[in-house]
Amino acid sequence: MKIILNHRDEVLKTTKENLTINELLKLKKFSFTRLVVKINGKLVKRENFDLVSFQENDNVEIIHMISGG
Amino acid sequence: MMNYRQIKLGLKNKCVCIAGCGGLGSNIAVALARVGVGKLIIADFDKIEKDNLNRQYFFLDQIGSYKATALKENIYRIDQSIEVEAHIVKLAPTNITELFECGDIIVEAFDKAEMKEMIVETVLSEFPAKPIVCGAGLAGWGGNELINVERYDNLYIVGDHISETSEDDPPIAPRVGIVANMMANVVLELLLGKDK
Repeated sequence: MKIILNHRDEVLKTTKENLTINELLKLKKFSFTRLVVKINGKLVKRENFDLVSFQENDNVEIIHMISGG
Repeated sequence: MMNYRQIKLGLKNKCVCIAGCGGLGSNIAVALARVGVGKLIIADFDKIEKDNLNRQYFFLDQIGSYKATALKENIYRIDQSIEVEAHIVKLAPTNITELFECGDIIVEAFDKAEMKEMIVETVLSEFPAKPIVCGAGLAGWGGNELINVERYDNLYIVGDHISETSEDDPPIAPRVGIVANMMANVVLELLLGKDK
């Protein structure tokens, strides 16, 4: 599946036509636990990471929140 | 380009909200006050500890005081024409939408990642038109070239996007100050328009 991930073209190794956010996090092995996620510019809240999915050509942003301030 | 008078005039009626008055928040507030942002709304529930002085804009005689109150005092020692609204409160979705509604820009200056996530989620869903400037990745020293600004629509993330603070990799003055001042610089760009 070809998507735009964090401003870059990305080809995901999956045969599925739709992926949820949690499936993407697992696939990409993203390890930071605090994230802000947007699909096509729209916020996806944490409680919906298992429900909301994206497909080919979607613009997905996974923004890591990192402790320190 | 603008001269000092034009910059002051451009900022006089602007309001910036700063969530957290620690290493990032205290330095950002001072930079924005010095340049003349007319109103600052600052919020923090915490008190100043001795260890905070290695990076936060406070002084020895302020240990034990609330950060929000002490920061307001320090800003008034720099410029008494800046209006500062200081709130001693732990921020959560409900009071963020109340306290920060009138701000032109929101600055996230929390310490903990879960608080950063909470405020970004809240601002993106409740105030989608308001820019939010956020700090992420500032532990340790060096690596100037790794620090940059990433933009996602109205969300601006400043830092190296990787260095998490911990006991073994603490936040210290230079890098915290760099990220804080880069965040203040993004705020100015949003308020005054692009210069460079």
